[in-house]
Amino acid sequence: MTATETRPSALAEFAPPRRARDLDWRRLARLGATAAFVQMFVSLTAMPVRLDERPVIESLLSLGYLFIGVIPVIAGNRIGRQVKLEGVPIHRAGRYELLGGTLAGTLAGAGLSLLVILITHFDIREPLVNWSPQLRDLLSFNRGPVFGVLIWLGIGAVGGLVGGGLRLLPTRWRRTLLTMAFVVVLAAILEQLVVDLVSGVGLEPVAEWFYARRGGLTGAGAGVAAAIAGVASFFGRGRLKAARARINTLEGPARTKANAGLILLTAAVMIVVPLLVGSLTNELLANVGLFVLLALGLNIVVGLAGILDLGYVAFFAVGSYTAAVLTAATSPRINPELPWFVALIFVVVITGLVGLFIGAPVIRMRGDYLAIVTLGFGEIIRLLFLSDWLSGWFGGAQGITAIGGVEIFGITTIDGTNPRNIFYLVLVFCAIAIYVSWRLERSRLGRAWMAVREDETVAEAMGINTVNVKLLAFVVGAILGSFSGAIFANKVGSVFPSSFLILVSMVILVVVIFGGMGSIIGVIAGAALLIGVLGGPKQPGLLQEFSEFKLLIYGALLVWMMLARPEGLIPSARRSRELHQEEFLQDAWLRGQVEADEEAGDEPETAERS
Amino acid sequence: MSAGAAPLLEIRDLDVDFGGLKAVNGLNIEVREGEIVSVIGPNGAGKTTLFNAISAMVPVTGGDIRFEGSTLLGLDPNQVTARGIARTFQNVRLFTNMTILENVMVAQHCRTKRGAFGALFNTRAFRQEEDEIQARGEKALGFFGSRLVGFRLNQPASVLSYANRRRLEIARAMATQPKLLLLDEPVAGMNPVESAELTGLIGRLREEWGFAIVFIEHDMSVVRDVSDRVIVLNHGELLTEGDYADVSMDPRVIEAYLGQDTIIEDAIKS
Amino acid sequence: MIGKWAPRTGAPRTGVDRFLTVLRVFAVGLVLVGLAAFVAQEISTDNAFARWANPDATGLTGAQFRGLVISGIAQGAMYGLIALGYSMVYGVLGFINFAHGEVFMMGAMTGMITSNKLADAGLWESNFIGALALVMFGSILVSMFLAVVMERLAYRPLRGAPRLIPLITSIGVSFFIQNMSIVLFGPASKAYPAVPDWLRDKHTFLEIEGAKIMVIVAAAVSMAALWFLVERTKVGKAMRAVAEDSEIASLMGIDVNRTIVKVFAVGGAFAGMAGILWGILFRSVIHNTGFLPGIKAFSSAVVGGIGNLGGAMVGGLFIGIAESVGPLLVLEPLGVSGVSQLRDAVAFAMLIGVLLLRPSGIFGEKLRAEDRT
Repeated sequence: MTATETRPSALAEFAPPRRARDLDWRRLARLGATAAFVQMFVSLTAMPVRLDERPVIESLLSLGYLFIGVIPVIAGNRIGRQVKLEGVPIHRAGRYELLGGTLAGTLAGAGLSLLVILITHFDIREPLVNWSPQLRDLLSFNRGPVFGVLIWLGIGAVGGLVGGGLRLLPTRWRRTLLTMAFVVVLAAILEQLVVDLVSGVGLEPVAEWFYARRGGLTGAGAGVAAAIAGVASFFGRGRLKAARARINTLEGPARTKANAGLILLTAAVMIVVPLLVGSLTNELLANVGLFVLLALGLNIVVGLAGILDLGYVAFFAVGSYTAAVLTAATSPRINPELPWFVALIFVVVITGLVGLFIGAPVIRMRGDYLAIVTLGFGEIIRLLFLSDWLSGWFGGAQGITAIGGVEIFGITTIDGTNPRNIFYLVLVFCAIAIYVSWRLERSRLGRAWMAVREDETVAEAMGINTVNVKLLAFVVGAILGSFSGAIFANKVGSVFPSSFLILVSMVILVVVIFGGMGSIIGVIAGAALLIGVLGGPKQPGLLQEFSEFKLLIYGALLVWMMLARPEGLIPSARRSRELHQEEFLQDAWLRGQVEADEEAGDEPETAERS
Repeated sequence: MSAGAAPLLEIRDLDVDFGGLKAVNGLNIEVREGEIVSVIGPNGAGKTTLFNAISAMVPVTGGDIRFEGSTLLGLDPNQVTARGIARTFQNVRLFTNMTILENVMVAQHCRTKRGAFGALFNTRAFRQEEDEIQARGEKALGFFGSRLVGFRLNQPASVLSYANRRRLEIARAMATQPKLLLLDEPVAGMNPVESAELTGLIGRLREEWGFAIVFIEHDMSVVRDVSDRVIVLNHGELLTEGDYADVSMDPRVIEAYLGQDTIIEDAIKS
Repeated sequence: MIGKWAPRTGAPRTGVDRFLTVLRVFAVGLVLVGLAAFVAQEISTDNAFARWANPDATGLTGAQFRGLVISGIAQGAMYGLIALGYSMVYGVLGFINFAHGEVFMMGAMTGMITSNKLADAGLWESNFIGALALVMFGSILVSMFLAVVMERLAYRPLRGAPRLIPLITSIGVSFFIQNMSIVLFGPASKAYPAVPDWLRDKHTFLEIEGAKIMVIVAAAVSMAALWFLVERTKVGKAMRAVAEDSEIASLMGIDVNRTIVKVFAVGGAFAGMAGILWGILFRSVIHNTGFLPGIKAFSSAVVGGIGNLGGAMVGGLFIGIAESVGPLLVLEPLGVSGVSQLRDAVAFAMLIGVLLLRPSGIFGEKLRAEDRT
């Protein structure tokens, strides 16, 4: 599960299985109690109730039950986890894992049993809004509290047993099983997208056979998905990795060619897919695109230059409002009704200036102060747009409405009524943003950003004007964010101060960190996964049932990422080196890549000071 | 080292206070072009503070620092580097997660000028400059033989051994194309063989690259072997200066090293 | 000794410095002109300068002004209480515990729950002081617990990580707690039960509301208690030692982790206290109650000099008064309309202004050298 666990250790030895009676009872109790607590917490947030409306497999399993059912499995699996240390043998899995898993799972299930009892006997609906008989009925499958108490003990035990049992399987089988489960869930989550796409190419019957009418996979569909995934995983394991490694080892022109091929392929997919899917899915894609654009912009500031900007939404807002004021006929004070692309020039100039204006005072501050002050600026900008004082310019709380579309040489107009065109527009700007990030990272400026991120004092001493370099990152990020804002104004057709809450900044930050700071692909993947599946601050994702909980999940995700995988989902090589320098050096040492001092010299005692 | 030429670096009545503590007090120093000067003194004598003051990393309370006839006061560290003074740090401070090549490439920042525009449109001037940056970087690395070049170029600096980190730091300083190089204990932590080799290289730095060099060192054999002139600091003040033989016999110097005098005597004997 | 390079002379060097100088002059100028206009309008709304600044100005009456200042002090006292937590954690661990505002919010939330339960039982009316003591006790306990759990689960594993990492984590924690409050307690604003009349009546010749007197007194007492704890007890000595240098402190036999837990607990307790005071004063609480006061409290800590506990309280009062009277004292006389909407903007502007003019706060920071970069 964690990095240390899957890391192949050259020195691992296998020892006989641990005996069941050597069970670490304290650990078991702690793990079980944690799992039980999580179960109760999750239930009291009403997550299972909402997610029950979303079937995974028709009439068999809903996302809600899956969510609480998977916790005992995880608990059962975790109990058998062994810390791998060099030279310490690894025990083979055996009865220890099975018994421990079952017990841990039972404890986890007991959390829900306890909850059923508590709900039956106490009423604390005030203040806990979800403390309801409905929750009790859901938890006890409408068959009374006694059944509820017992069934969760049972489910917990079975789940824990399964979780512990997973450790007994050979790696290959385990991986195959997990892939199968994952693919089935994924297929259920991506239902809207898949149905739309499959119907788009004229295979509607397939989609109907695969998915049940009221949502979720049909039993047969689930079976087929699992089977395909299982076969692919069992026999195809490592092929993907090998292919990637092959591309990575290519040199010179061959590498360029491979890259160009990949880029063309991606571009082709991006152009064709919107043609096949309906407007609901296109809307989703456009929303994801807007956030990709924002995240790429923030990535330059946070990921490349290492400046934690919490007020990034300010540039989104300024871009939106500038575009709105310049293009809308209804703008209160000035309404030149410029064409969108002309307005875009002003958007760039004005956001650039605002970026300088905000950036100049904060850029010399130490990192954490900078974060809070940019947050302050983000809020000030919103408050100014909202204020009566400037309402003559920006419409105050009423905002600016009836913003026209983007006219393209009189051929077509892109506006919110046609999300496909919006998506294409976003796509163009995403391509620009990707190109800009990619080129800048590999230039003199990109190197300077890296140096500043690593050690600002030394970077300054090596002749880098750190203030200017950081300011430039700030402004480039601001301008990319403003593009997103300008498109947003035309997509929605209106701008209100309430669209630019600090919340938006936070969501973009989560996207960047989840995807991997400094990694273009990571950031795109992060936006696609989070915004596409869970949804943006106001935009629905594929799991609309999640909309009440998505911010909660974002928060938890941010914490969890920082603790477990700070380099993100798809990290940039450099960032992971920064964050795991010791582990990296250990690995390099194992591969014989770290040199020792040439002769037996003095102990380099000051080496680690820097 | 002709006596008539104007000094490259001229420090007049320099004061650096840290909240009442006078780390450097009324210091007067001159360094001429092509000169190798070593700065010695007991711990806390203000040697590193002197370097920090020259490279604008600590505020100067009084006096003046002039380089090539104009003052350095009021400049940012990057501007000092741009004027032609580069430095290394006592506790090696590399960009450890950047590659070895990138370390020397980034140091040429102030000597190059292509900005975002060139990078975005991949202009001919941009590509030419990138090639030049790389070539100059490799040249600086090549000064240390085969240690830092070849397959090592694209490895992160963190894999380097301690001695090679010191070498890379010097190469990075060289890459800023300075006229004056400030080396803060360049051989600290090296074994005798490495330290002797680096001592030779310091001499070559002047001959081949034309740098003037000021270095702080505790290893008296290095001081003896390469310096044209030795400056002795004590309590932030200039104790004495002169060639190695004079300085090492100076009773005040020996007294300043009180308790450490054996070091200097050993060095004299060896 | 190598810190962040410091500007060596006053003269502007780069474009950014020149811009900042202009900005500083402009900020100070704006405040001065605003104040001058205010004074002119107070003398007479008819003189030329007053009319030039804002033709519609009416000026403030003495009572209005006094009322604003007193509200500001009460508000500021709460900011100060919250700021203590930011300041202490920053002093010890060197990072901004962004989620501290949420600890305050949960304190207020707990107070809402317990006081409503007590009101249902009739105790809130019949024995207000006792009930209030009980409510305070509960809130302080919950806030302490929350702060300690937060430290244990989210921050302790990150000791020694690059300094922005715990900050980002704390943002995540803050986000999580806020939204947890929504899903557990519902998104609506929740009311405290009515308070006795003597808290609503105006007292003394200054005509201060009872609730505000209570807030100010409670803050003063808490401050005194904190001073005693930090300066006069063994625990406080350990805290100061860890803030000075945790490595050496641990060599001296101080259990650094336990001390840090205590710091979080004390900070949490003050935030819980502030939460109750907030509830008594404004009588309502909602999931984002902690956000703005949290940021403003952090600003207070910075204004007073972070790591400086007395400074945090004074900074709180400063921010509280500034956001209360600032809009009417500086912006209204200049003809800005709807100034009360700009209260929060003024508070943020204060933070930015202080960091521009005097980054180490009014009373100076108390930080380790390595935390100053």
